Amino acid sequence: MARLNVNPTRMELTKLKKKLVSARRGHKLLKDKRDELMRQFMGMIKETRSLRTEVETGISEANRYMAVAGSVMQREALETALMIPKQEVELEVGEKNVMSVLIPEFQAKFRTDDENDVYSYGMAFTSIDLDGAVSALGSVFPKMIRLAEIEKACLLMADEIEKTRRRVNALEHIMIPDYEETIRYITMKLSENERSTTTSLMKVKDMVLKQSHNFT
Amino acid sequence: MYKAAVIGDSASVSGFAALGLSVFRETDADRIKKLIGKLASGGYAVIFITEPAAALVSETIKKYNSSTLPSIVLIPAIEGNTGEGMRTLHEAVEKAVGTDIFN
Repeated sequence: MARLNVNPTRMELTKLKKKLVSARRGHKLLKDKRDELMRQFMGMIKETRSLRTEVETGISEANRYMAVAGSVMQREALETALMIPKQEVELEVGEKNVMSVLIPEFQAKFRTDDENDVYSYGMAFTSIDLDGAVSALGSVFPKMIRLAEIEKACLLMADEIEKTRRRVNALEHIMIPDYEETIRYITMKLSENERSTTTSLMKVKDMVLKQSHNFT
Repeated sequence: MYKAAVIGDSASVSGFAALGLSVFRETDADRIKKLIGKLASGGYAVIFITEPAAALVSETIKKYNSSTLPSIVLIPAIEGNTGEGMRTLHEAVEKAVGTDIFN
């Protein structure tokens, strides 16, 4: 490990000791943060995976109906049937703070009271498969909103975990050892200076005694 | 109040119009890019995008992955599921854990 480039003085030593203490505390805190984030992330990613599978199956089913509807109805007729929606979705967005990661929370609001009131066309001129497609989408929609929320949370938390892990590693493997080594170096240097002063003083004392009293 | 949008080819996204989502029938990379930018700053909290459309603008989508809003979610198109949406999750796991523990 590299020693920091500082003067070996007592002042630097005190400063470094303080820094080492806060680095150790920061390291412990960040490690706890990383562990807790990871714990929450693991739970969340499991839910997201199963939710995504459900959503994908639901949409695929709707798409199957849609493909059939598209083949039995004229394209224009299909587009016209869906042109003016009866329903309108608005989202209320909240924020939740999970270990200092801000994750969004969505709440879907529908224009009409009955959220299943989604058929924007008369039954006479449309294929029954279109009804199937719309109803399949309607039933999977709440899950889609939840997926949007939780998938975002997973992505944001993955980012934060990576950042925290880097910080923990930097503290653990670079900063703390560097501080320790520099502190050791300064302590050595200082005690070495002390010893050298003592020996030179002894020497001087010897010389002075010899000169004044001819003492051996 | 925020809104939700769907982007993709006409056949895949038309159905969502009935649910009251804003539907954008786009298949051109440049136009989708601009559209996402416009929607992100224009009060849309959730953007569903079909996997083939998302494949065209993956860079733009990555850019929004680290911001709280909007949440961009990949959905399968009418041609079938490419697994791209699941891959995003696997990437997140890999980033967080260091290895993809689900495989």
